Amino acid sequence: MRTFYTWLCIFTTVCAAAAGDVLVALAMRRIGDLDELRRRHGFFAIIARISTSGVLFGGIFFMAIAFFSNLVGLSWADLSVVGPASAALTFVTNALAARFFLHENVDRRRWLATIFVCFGVLLLTRS
Amino acid sequence: MISLLQESFLTLRKYLIILSVVFFGSVGDAFLARGMKHADAIDIHHLPNVFFALANPFVILGIFFLLAFMCSYMTALSFADLTYVLPATAISYVVMVLLAIFWLHEHVSARRWTGVAFIVIGVGVVAGGPSRTEHPSAQVSAKALDGRL
Repeated sequence: MRTFYTWLCIFTTVCAAAAGDVLVALAMRRIGDLDELRRRHGFFAIIARISTSGVLFGGIFFMAIAFFSNLVGLSWADLSVVGPASAALTFVTNALAARFFLHENVDRRRWLATIFVCFGVLLLTRS
Repeated sequence: MISLLQESFLTLRKYLIILSVVFFGSVGDAFLARGMKHADAIDIHHLPNVFFALANPFVILGIFFLLAFMCSYMTALSFADLTYVLPATAISYVVMVLLAIFWLHEHVSARRWTGVAFIVIGVGVVAGGPSRTEHPSAQVSAKALDGRL
């Protein structure tokens, strides 16, 4: 039963992390380059745009769910199980979510990088 | 066209922001992992016990570092794509291995070094490309927002 709960935690972590990353990325794209914004309108313009972005707070909420679900998973199972599974699955899920929801240009170079990093993380954490 | 290409690639300042994502993320994770090792296993029927882990000083330090990570991560996402930032910041796994060797004096096997090599290649592949997908509609709406501010 503990194995089932561990995988439920990993699944929750991966889904919540992907939703959080996509929403934060979407919010930051809408807000715009912070350096550029600070140069043109000052620091308070950044605070104003960030504090009024509902999408950003939605993203942070999902990231918090991923954080706590990861903490619970780490307390049930070894880091060597939870770490590689959630990290590798999050990379792939994020690439897919960015492609379909953010319409990012995930070209061969980015897929190759994602696969290399995934494989590297699996080798690192399962040894 | 040339200026669009120049905007797509990163300046030194932006690479430093990516590096700060790596630094705060890996150190924050290290503190969090250390803190959770000392916490008891959390039962499915007593999930609110997860909040007791917040009393651990290592978990608190980890959260502070992860807040700094969040600020630099948000800044990075304001000028680069998610599918650029995530693989580029994966170099933090390499930082963790280096910390394990030089700080914790752990033995690193050949398999781990192979993993490090794969991550470095992956980061090199993505870092060589453009950081941003240009969306014409997003540029128009950003200009409209600028006009309103």
